[in-house]
Amino acid sequence: MSTQADTAAWLESSLPVGLAVIDADVHAAVPSIDTLLPWLDAHWQEVAATTQFRGPTDTAYPPSAATSLRPDLAGDGGVASTVADLRARVLDPWRVEAGILHCAYGIEAVKNPDAAIALARSVNAWLASEWLEPEPRLRGSIVVPGLVPQDAADEVDRLGGHPGFVQVSVPVRSFAPYGHRIWWPLLEAVTRHGLVLALQFGGAAGHPPTSVGWPTTYLEEYVDMASAFQAQLISLVAEGAFDRFPTLRVICVESGFAWMPSLIWRFDRLWRGLRREIPWTRRQPSSYLREHVRLTTQPFDAPSDPAGFGRVVDQLGSDELLCFASDYPHWQADTPADALPPIGDGSTLRAIMAGNARTLYRLEAAQ
Amino acid sequence: MTETTRRAGRAREPLIDCDVHNALPDDDALRPYLPAVWRDRRDGLSYLPKEFRQVRENLGDRSYIGAEYPRPTPRASRVDSWPPGGGPPASDLAFTQEQLLDAWDVEAAILNPLLGIGEMLNLELAAVLARASNDWLAAEWLDRDPRLRASIIVAYEDAPAAAAEIDRLAGDPRFVQVLMLSRTIEPIGRRRYWPIYEACERHGLPIGVHNGGWGGHPITPSGFPSFYLEDAAAMAGAFQAQVGSLLCDGVLTRFPSLRFVLIEGGFAWLPPLMWRFDRAWRKLRAEVPELDRPPSELIRERFWVSTQPIEETERPEQFLELLDQLAMPSRIMFSTDYPHWDFDAPDRALPALLPDALRRGILHDNAAALYDLAAVPSGSAALTDG
Repeated sequence: MSTQADTAAWLESSLPVGLAVIDADVHAAVPSIDTLLPWLDAHWQEVAATTQFRGPTDTAYPPSAATSLRPDLAGDGGVASTVADLRARVLDPWRVEAGILHCAYGIEAVKNPDAAIALARSVNAWLASEWLEPEPRLRGSIVVPGLVPQDAADEVDRLGGHPGFVQVSVPVRSFAPYGHRIWWPLLEAVTRHGLVLALQFGGAAGHPPTSVGWPTTYLEEYVDMASAFQAQLISLVAEGAFDRFPTLRVICVESGFAWMPSLIWRFDRLWRGLRREIPWTRRQPSSYLREHVRLTTQPFDAPSDPAGFGRVVDQLGSDELLCFASDYPHWQADTPADALPPIGDGSTLRAIMAGNARTLYRLEAAQ
Repeated sequence: MTETTRRAGRAREPLIDCDVHNALPDDDALRPYLPAVWRDRRDGLSYLPKEFRQVRENLGDRSYIGAEYPRPTPRASRVDSWPPGGGPPASDLAFTQEQLLDAWDVEAAILNPLLGIGEMLNLELAAVLARASNDWLAAEWLDRDPRLRASIIVAYEDAPAAAAEIDRLAGDPRFVQVLMLSRTIEPIGRRRYWPIYEACERHGLPIGVHNGGWGGHPITPSGFPSFYLEDAAAMAGAFQAQVGSLLCDGVLTRFPSLRFVLIEGGFAWLPPLMWRFDRAWRKLRAEVPELDRPPSELIRERFWVSTQPIEETERPEQFLELLDQLAMPSRIMFSTDYPHWDFDAPDRALPALLPDALRRGILHDNAAALYDLAAVPSGSAALTDG
């Protein structure tokens, strides 16, 4: 699809009539720290003005990498920074009922804890003011400081009552796995406000992206990110986070999903052999995962033929786990068709395209 | 059921065990194999006694520390595997023969002793110990039971030293592969490890990458987990990172006959890795110009996997689905992981619904082909008094 109009026409002709679409992952990118100045306090405004502090450097997405930007956005200067863009390219042509907005600003890369608090507050204020208020189809994700769990919990408490925010977004690469009890203040705040915990692709907490150090290529880092998601899910189950916070709901964003059956098999087997180590877990890990965890479809990492995809869904053991996501403006697929599950109309398609996200985020069905 | 009938039942299917962890009975066991120059060099230094055992006692192994997880059993071993005559599990050849090789009519077994040598920070000591360990393997195990084969122990973080050790031993056909571990200082595709691959290609030896080790990095991209169970579950990620590195750093294309065996890492993660990798490669291949084919093609051409811990799908038929998704029927090789706690029994580990040809390949033929074991006489009749 070379142009926006082509994309819109293709979608209009290709989506089943009456198919509801909830996009579980669209992005707002902060163009520069100057954008945040109105919401930074005087101290951090002065720091930005006098020290060349430009905020975090998010290495998850090399500018203009093929996985970073849709080809038809390449001429737009590299970022999806306005709600008007998002309306024109995703919300309107895909007839999106609701879009879950993420902002992967990489705050955890900034080690100064006061800077992290100031940046998180300003990003959340910018999201509320410039995105959620003008566009009622959007639901927001609270960003939080990434290195001091109590600071993250405080930011959730500050914004938990805002009706526009439906979840808390944290980078999947953290300094410690989120099930670890050091993070329980955050998990407690997330569940107390009835929010979802979204694990977002990437992160810059300082550890290498693999257990064998820093890989040479972005291709490796990109593929290996699946292991980071799995480590977080293993941690949340093994540490008893779902036992302690039984209403905790988690979604993996830009995670892919085809790795989930192999995780279930490996994790259940190890639990059968080693459960004495984690006696607070009363059920097999797969039972916790299917109850508490959802996955977005981007990047679509299952076989692209209907039979191969159907087999993966069957191995997942439920069609309630997957939530459609365009991942705008990142674009791992070559065409919009590649972003859609390779199945025709039917209950599974409808669940993936909207039903599962509607349940997860407790959204009202559109009339 | 008597022992005789059990053995007769087992003997119907020829068996090669690709992963057996024999052990040193004690630290003194290597002393006869250490070169005199190393044994004696510390003479006269009160803080460094001459024996290597005492060096270890005083200074430790000088390896990475800081990620200790209590194991489920002593030495993570079967509680019945401690030899009656003393020493740790699988340190006594006679008891290993009785409990593993004879009991299961093993036709050939590959010894992969996990001695902590590759992870040592003192590279000079590691190279000396690797050499002594290989001589110990040959003299005390390979010479005494013709069913045994072994991996060459190398100090893989010092690739030139490792290559020299490979060159020294490659003429002994009982050493059938080179042993590395799944966690290293850098991804194993990077250039520091290439001398090992040059040596392996020179001698036609496959490289076994075994679960374990560490190079100082947390096992997850998100820091250290709390429990051994998490540590064990996360190891699949280390294997995936190593496969990705071997592809993206160009090792498989630069060394076109090199073969890798992923040992004790499972394999259910391989199909989704190949799907994900192929998709990402199509978008990002400009970054890896040497990788001129879809990653899945190279993986299926150049990798083997061992079975233990066998993948346990939720429904038995899903095991066949998994093998179909993997599409590497000639690359799966049976292993018991003796004497470790999660030992896979040869008569029970593989699902009953596995077709006969596939079962035979996994239990025997695939390993016989890779390691060129056709000449190994089968059964305990091969056992001679050494």
